Amino acid sequence: MLANIPMIFILVGLAAYIVLAGADFGTGFWTLVFYRKGGDRAEFADSLHNTMGPVWEANHVWLIFILVVCWTAYPVAFASIASTLSVPLLISAVGIISRGAAYALRSQFAAAPKERLIDDRVFALSSVLTPFALGAAIGGIASGRVPVGNAAGNLVTSWLNPTSVLIGVLSITTCSYLSAVYLAGDAWRRADTDMIHVLRKMSLRAGIAAGALAMFGLFVLHADARPIWNGLTNGFGACLLCLSIASGLAALILVWRNKFGLARVSAALTVAAIVAGWAVAQQPRLLPGLTVTQAAAGRSTLIAVIVSLAFGAVVLVPSLALLFGLSLKGRFDTSLSVDIPPAKIANQTGNYASILAPVAIGSLLAGTAGTIFGSGWTQISGVLCLCLFAALGFVLAATPVDSLDVTVKQK
Amino acid sequence: MNAIFATTLFAPVNQSYLFQARQMQALSFSVHIPLVCFGIAFPALVLFAEWRYLHTGQLVFGQIAKTWSKAMITLFGVGVVTGTILSFEFGLLWPGMMASFGNVFGLGFALEGFSFFVEAIFIAIYVYGWDRMTPKAHFLFGIPVAIAGVTGSFFVISTNAWMNHPSGFVLKDGHATDVHPWAALFGNPYLWHEFVHMYFAGYVVTGFVVAGYYAWRYLQGNWSRYEQNALTIALSAAAIATPLQGIIGDWVARDVAQMQPVKLAAMEGVGQTSNGAPEHLFGWYNGQKVVYGIAVPRLLSLLAFHDSNATVKGLDAVPFDQQPPVNVVRFAFQTMVGIASLLSLVSVTYLYVRFRLKRLPATPWFYRSVVLAGPLSVVALIAGWITTEVGRQPWVVFGFMRTAEAVTGAKGIPVGYGTLILVYLGLGTVAAWLLVKLGRAPTKLSTAPSKGKPSGFIYAR
Repeated sequence: MLANIPMIFILVGLAAYIVLAGADFGTGFWTLVFYRKGGDRAEFADSLHNTMGPVWEANHVWLIFILVVCWTAYPVAFASIASTLSVPLLISAVGIISRGAAYALRSQFAAAPKERLIDDRVFALSSVLTPFALGAAIGGIASGRVPVGNAAGNLVTSWLNPTSVLIGVLSITTCSYLSAVYLAGDAWRRADTDMIHVLRKMSLRAGIAAGALAMFGLFVLHADARPIWNGLTNGFGACLLCLSIASGLAALILVWRNKFGLARVSAALTVAAIVAGWAVAQQPRLLPGLTVTQAAAGRSTLIAVIVSLAFGAVVLVPSLALLFGLSLKGRFDTSLSVDIPPAKIANQTGNYASILAPVAIGSLLAGTAGTIFGSGWTQISGVLCLCLFAALGFVLAATPVDSLDVTVKQK
Repeated sequence: MNAIFATTLFAPVNQSYLFQARQMQALSFSVHIPLVCFGIAFPALVLFAEWRYLHTGQLVFGQIAKTWSKAMITLFGVGVVTGTILSFEFGLLWPGMMASFGNVFGLGFALEGFSFFVEAIFIAIYVYGWDRMTPKAHFLFGIPVAIAGVTGSFFVISTNAWMNHPSGFVLKDGHATDVHPWAALFGNPYLWHEFVHMYFAGYVVTGFVVAGYYAWRYLQGNWSRYEQNALTIALSAAAIATPLQGIIGDWVARDVAQMQPVKLAAMEGVGQTSNGAPEHLFGWYNGQKVVYGIAVPRLLSLLAFHDSNATVKGLDAVPFDQQPPVNVVRFAFQTMVGIASLLSLVSVTYLYVRFRLKRLPATPWFYRSVVLAGPLSVVALIAGWITTEVGRQPWVVFGFMRTAEAVTGAKGIPVGYGTLILVYLGLGTVAAWLLVKLGRAPTKLSTAPSKGKPSGFIYAR
């Protein structure tokens, strides 16, 4: 039982990554589509960036979360997966760097049109490449093509095979769909009628495409990854598949009826249900000949991971709720910018330098002596004194001593 | 079960491109490490500027905080992606280490993941929240960013300290059993000097790089109150931190002498174990001793053990195939110390003028040296990491697993390495272009009275 808990965290992280970062990746696909159509592409791209800007970094951390839990709790499985699937993982890594660079380029400034074009293209291409490569890697695991061992599997067919290509393409389509629904909801909040119209159409098209592809994919699984097919068509796996289909249809209807908020929830449920369905279909096997329990690290490591994840969740969940609460309510909208009131000028607190300076010099002397000649606790106190001196010395050096800013010599 | 898999299937492979794999990892670290410095130190500097703004009401400090915070989130974004690449590479390049020891040190990264999350969440709220919340609330949202930047680097350094001085497990059939992950990471005596040394390095690099930019503006003739105050804050941080690195360095060297004597021998080019060992400046290690260098008698024994007659272990303490490449380590170490000495000179000059003459230095030569100090501090940082990481070779987990035993069996490492070089070149160009563009135009901070009414801490529509 203990051995399965980190896997549940990984699956939750995976579902969160697909839903949240997927919506982000999807924006790249839509800028690519807008290339052909021309028109107010730049304006469209800007609106996508404005919606995603505050949340993309946090969405991205889910991937790191998945990797670190995997290598701590299931080290042999992680090493086997990463070494055999090195090609798609490298491709996705390149895509992730390029996207990050494009985001950085865009996030804070308006660029010149020529720079914009390169930037948009890099962004769009890497946004398509990364979900495909990561989806293909998942396909390799699901179809049992990653054996245990150091690069023991085939470096090409482990990720270029029917199941991998299916999941890769399905990832791109799903990301586009999630993104269109997410953005449509944002346009609805801003009451941007033109955008709502465009994005609603996009959502419906991408949703139907993703649904059709997923249905077709079941036949691919039947031919290429029979254990997953069996798992998804029997017992609890079948229930989850039905839940996914039902919530997928519900999401489409909700988009049709302009209920974008509920459509987001329903689309997220579709993804979560299919991730859970995959896990149920594949369990207890993680890799061929290796069950989750066999792959798991020892008891002390598992407990340490679970305790850390539990404490981390206590910090993380309210923080994420705060960020998304602000973002979804449009609190970061540029149009909402309120002129900041002038800060109150605090009363002069007197010449605090005369108090701080002796303390700083004392801690420097004590710290130097303790760090160099101390051992054990005297050394620790010495280092702490040095840190105290650093803080005080910085404040003294960085704030003018006599009055507010006369120390800066006018040229 | 696990142990059987690890030993039979992760037996060492014959990888012809081990050196390229190491270079690829080193390249990724070199790109990421300067960004870590900004993660450690920049939020604190931004908050300091904002605190000055709130305290004095002077708009110039608000402008500095706002401009810097935009640079901060840009660097953080690049740091997120380069950090992701590093976690990919652990699996892509070193599956042997992950398979055998992921259960021991992985916890550090799991904790770092949460720090990263907190940093990403609050940095977004802080930077996108300018002019959208009450000034006090905005300031408070910056504090978790500063804390998470420090804790995140602390957890990563705890895993590096573990690789240099591993404990908390029993090696049985090539696999770690009886694992105590908390003790392995945080009960490690090697951790603390490494963390404090890196923490101060964060302020040295961030301070000098930022100050270097404004010093360059000074030389260009742009010297408004904005530049003056920005330079004062950044340079004060660097000037305080740099000389202290010398004192902390003494502590680091003694810990290394005690816990990794072979690394110290490589740093100093000590061929044979000897009493009252001399310190050599410059020169070249010829496989036996340092030649063409300036020898200071007994200094090494004095520095490493605070006893001029102390025995310093030489490289001959271990077989040749367990010795690191001496000249690389030694050259990197001397580079770090040499640059640090120059930077200390700049720092002391600044502090003298700042405290005794109560003004900023007025000679262009000072500002030229600060412009140079920016890139030099990054070189010193990377040289320091080369010293500790190449000095650990040929081990990846010191004394337990060789780097050659950890490497992947996959083909195509040179292709991956070449791709990554191209991508990083592109990334570097973008980052440089962006920062120059950002620094050129200080961000506007509005002065008009508020039109919105606060509802709670945030302004309502």
